[in-house]
Amino acid sequence: MSAVKFGIVVFPGSNCDRDVAWVTQGLLGCPTRLIWHAERDLSGLDVVVLPGGFSYGDYLRCGAIARFAPVMASLREHIARGGYVLGICNGFQILTEAGLLPGALVRNANLHFICERVGLCIERQDLLWTAAYPTGSRITLPIAHGEGRYTCEPDTLKQLQDQGQIVFRYDPVAPNGSLDRIAGLCSPCGRVLGLMPHPERAADPDLPGQDGIPFWQSVIQGLAA
Amino acid sequence: MRFQAQIQIHLRPSVLDPAGVAVQSSLHQLGHTQVQQVRIGKHIQLQLEAPDPETAQKQVRELCDQLLANPVIETYQIQVDPIRS
Repeated sequence: MSAVKFGIVVFPGSNCDRDVAWVTQGLLGCPTRLIWHAERDLSGLDVVVLPGGFSYGDYLRCGAIARFAPVMASLREHIARGGYVLGICNGFQILTEAGLLPGALVRNANLHFICERVGLCIERQDLLWTAAYPTGSRITLPIAHGEGRYTCEPDTLKQLQDQGQIVFRYDPVAPNGSLDRIAGLCSPCGRVLGLMPHPERAADPDLPGQDGIPFWQSVIQGLAA
Repeated sequence: MRFQAQIQIHLRPSVLDPAGVAVQSSLHQLGHTQVQQVRIGKHIQLQLEAPDPETAQKQVRELCDQLLANPVIETYQIQVDPIRS
């Protein structure tokens, strides 16, 4: 079986890019390429990750400026080719700003930057991203954001619910006030995933909290199959 | 012609504005209990060159739709005035 190839986009202000690379390359041994936002070459990649951080200083709105980076046109082509895209935290914000996932992520309801571990329930286990979790898993992952409250129009929410696009929900409560406790959602086909929690920060056996490990194992197993 | 644009951006009424709620609460604590519906937005001003006022208006709307405002969560109002040299 051939190794899964990861690409991680680095925007000015990204700060979780190397955390992701540490997991995909350092721990899982998968070839991983860091891609500067001004580059356009995403050829040969299976999964492109938009990492957490503060792209362009979060100026105007989180993800608003990153959305127009040269690499984003290539990202759309990557999706059209059948490639997988994972947006974590700021990456999720960029995906919504770019219209690749519906809705928006706005200021936390309590106005605080929340940095803690939160409970999550996994709503879809038939996806590339979650298949390795035992059925009915309730997991704990870290979050670290000031703008993570998911919001969308009622008809969009209904569509997300009806099409099973909600992948992760905060459980039992959404600390940021997210609509319908949404922590992560996917495109209708499931190949584009955005989530506010950080699976890459809970995947090193030497660190406390390892509920992110099955996330990455799901991807590896799913693409190697 | 050179124009000055004033752009007001607000969260849509359906989107909770927690900062507005916090400020309203503070105003109430200061005794200004008559205050209601505090909403905090953004003000952007910029200058641009355009052949006429209509084109300037149109261009500013395009800037708003493309980047300055996110129609999913925000609304905007613009005012575009010629700058007299």
